[in-house]
Amino acid sequence: MVVQALVLASMLLCAILAIQAQRLLVSALWLAGCSALLALALAILGAPEVGVIELSVGAGLVTVIFVFAISIAGDESTSYTSLVPRSFARVLMLLFLCLLVFLALPRAFSPVLPAGPMSVVRAVWEIRALDTLLQVAMIFCGVLGSLGLLAEPRVAVSAARKGAQ
Amino acid sequence: MSGISIWSISLVAVFALVMVGLYGLLIVRNLIKIVVCLQVFAKGTILIMVVAGGMQGQPGVGSSLAVTVIVADTVVTVMALALAIQVRRSFGTLDSRVISSLKR
Repeated sequence: MVVQALVLASMLLCAILAIQAQRLLVSALWLAGCSALLALALAILGAPEVGVIELSVGAGLVTVIFVFAISIAGDESTSYTSLVPRSFARVLMLLFLCLLVFLALPRAFSPVLPAGPMSVVRAVWEIRALDTLLQVAMIFCGVLGSLGLLAEPRVAVSAARKGAQ
Repeated sequence: MSGISIWSISLVAVFALVMVGLYGLLIVRNLIKIVVCLQVFAKGTILIMVVAGGMQGQPGVGSSLAVTVIVADTVVTVMALALAIQVRRSFGTLDSRVISSLKR
């Protein structure tokens, strides 16, 4: 339990530093650390499969995509003044916390039921097989969408070719 | 200390993680930084799926839902970063206040 508390506390610290950081690259790296610590916490909670996926996707793939995007878009400083006043943001956050506590705290100390016999493999491939197929379709949609968004406009490409000739 | 278990600690961490993400979404104006805050928010969601599944005695269902959240969140991140790159190409900035045309 102490180990879990330490891991979760350092994960929170990483998340706060990711939001506080002024440079985008530093922010992305703190986010990767947060993701790795979340994977560790998930493994302690008894879900190592989800932890492995989170570690490879959240800490690996997403960080690579972030660094790629920052290297294209430029590491501009993020020290703008915020859209809403910070005090108003804090009040909203406290209201949100009150709502969460009101909804979820009665269940936080309820007795933990013993684990049922169903494994992750059975849940993913038999009961939620349709969802798994839809996830594959969603990944393809994401790939096609990002290709479409990042493609150069055809006119600009042909103009560049003419310029080269 | 009988009521405090590994699950309740995780639940409190989920609260804190979601709050940090929400606060970031409220105060941040850089488009890529907004995606970072969204990621923090989604990490809280992933953790609450696993915690809820474990507390209700259905860890398989909770874990499979968490995998779904990871996949959906990654696709959303990729699309949002591609959009941010296009915004930077068109407007020359990542500031979300500059690109809004409603206030003119």
